[in-house]
Amino acid sequence: MSELFKTPLHSWHVGHGARMVPFAGWDMPVQYAGILEEHQHTRTKASVFDICHMGEFKLRGAKARDALSRVVTHNLDTLGPRRCRYGFLLNEQGGIIDDCIVYCMADDEYMLVVNGARIDTDYAWIKSHLPEGMFFENISDMTAKIDLQGPEACRVLNEATGEDWSFLTYFSFKRTEFDGDPMVVSRTGYTGELGYELYLREDKAQALWELLLQNPLVRPAGLGARDTLRLEMGMALYGQDLDEKHTPAEAGMSVFLKSPADHIGKARAFDVRESLIPLVLEGRRAARHDDPVLLPSGEPVGRVTSGSFAPSLGHAVALAYVQAEHAEATQFLVGKGAKPLAATRGTLPFYTQGTARVKL
Amino acid sequence: MIPKDLLYAKSHEWALVEGDVATVGITQFAQEQLGDLTYVELPEVGDTFEAGSEMGSVESVKAASEIYAPVSGEIIEVNAALADAPEIVNQDPYGEGWLVKFKIAADPEDLLSADEYEELVAQDAH
Repeated sequence: MSELFKTPLHSWHVGHGARMVPFAGWDMPVQYAGILEEHQHTRTKASVFDICHMGEFKLRGAKARDALSRVVTHNLDTLGPRRCRYGFLLNEQGGIIDDCIVYCMADDEYMLVVNGARIDTDYAWIKSHLPEGMFFENISDMTAKIDLQGPEACRVLNEATGEDWSFLTYFSFKRTEFDGDPMVVSRTGYTGELGYELYLREDKAQALWELLLQNPLVRPAGLGARDTLRLEMGMALYGQDLDEKHTPAEAGMSVFLKSPADHIGKARAFDVRESLIPLVLEGRRAARHDDPVLLPSGEPVGRVTSGSFAPSLGHAVALAYVQAEHAEATQFLVGKGAKPLAATRGTLPFYTQGTARVKL
Repeated sequence: MIPKDLLYAKSHEWALVEGDVATVGITQFAQEQLGDLTYVELPEVGDTFEAGSEMGSVESVKAASEIYAPVSGEIIEVNAALADAPEIVNQDPYGEGWLVKFKIAADPEDLLSADEYEELVAQDAH
């Protein structure tokens, strides 16, 4: 196994007692004080997350919009500067190569934010579908990403930067500076709470991280809490809930297929053989990735993709792909050998009190 | 750190033997390795187990692990508080976070002393 990558904050994590685990090829903090505490702190105050493992690409040129529209499902015609949007890279069969956020930096410039484990795959795929000579650069190594998430995130960011960020609406962003270098402040996140994703030069990451942590409202949170927070919102995780074998429609993401452009995979993006459904379990015992999903009759109809105890709800929840003809069933069993768990089809988000879209 | 008056299983359960009753839990090392517990599955009063057989399980956000009976005997009490508050095991694994009490059927065998267990944990940590 090749050596794990380290983020610019790696030694900070180790020095502050984080439990480190391999994730997407990186040595990442899964927890500091404890997953439940970090989860709760993010839902009530504000947390910082080291997300430097994710990838960023930059695309620039007079034909950038048309070229990118061929490769992503995002409707770029309605995405103006200072706005960003969620969508997909699809293969010819409509399967999801990755989910990504596209930032319109200017009329002729875009930034793509992709999953850490997919950087090389995505870059090669996009590059191979761009016209010769178009500026397209993988800026992941020089770019740090710190997520500040929680209902107090705006107050914290205002105090740290001396600017007022309350004007920024959900899925919009602004270019600013941090310590003399460019920084992008984006009102987005993966927790369901009010929050910001901050992109800056990797050698400035630790200074920003420590500045944010000076505020007593802020604590560090690891990938463990990030996973329970996103699952409570029903947000999909690439590699578990999304993959090349499933289309956006199967993942329940047809709403992100509004591009009028003739993008790769468009003809198949609405194909549905299986459906990703939310499952609510009665008790605390969690369904886990790859557990079989059965009808009450015992007939196997699918597999769990993500499952966990949901700390804000007090019971377990899961996402699962089931055969499309059974997607409307309301009662399921999740196989646990002799003691299957009863599960009810739920609605998303599981957790409905999130502050992500709050008007400031 | 590791209480001297307890006996330990290699699978990281502890037993406090008082007469023919053994109180059983998981160790500090076990709860640290698992992280915040979210679910504890315990046997029922009246169930009987051979030492070394699976008697329940614990789950954390990221992991699940079986619990093995460190002694042979019949369950005479379970810690009902853990059903809604498994975090007690994290907070006080050798005290309030006990799991079950056994009426032991035979003298415990193959359990480690505190010193022996400490050595085992030191090895596991590497």
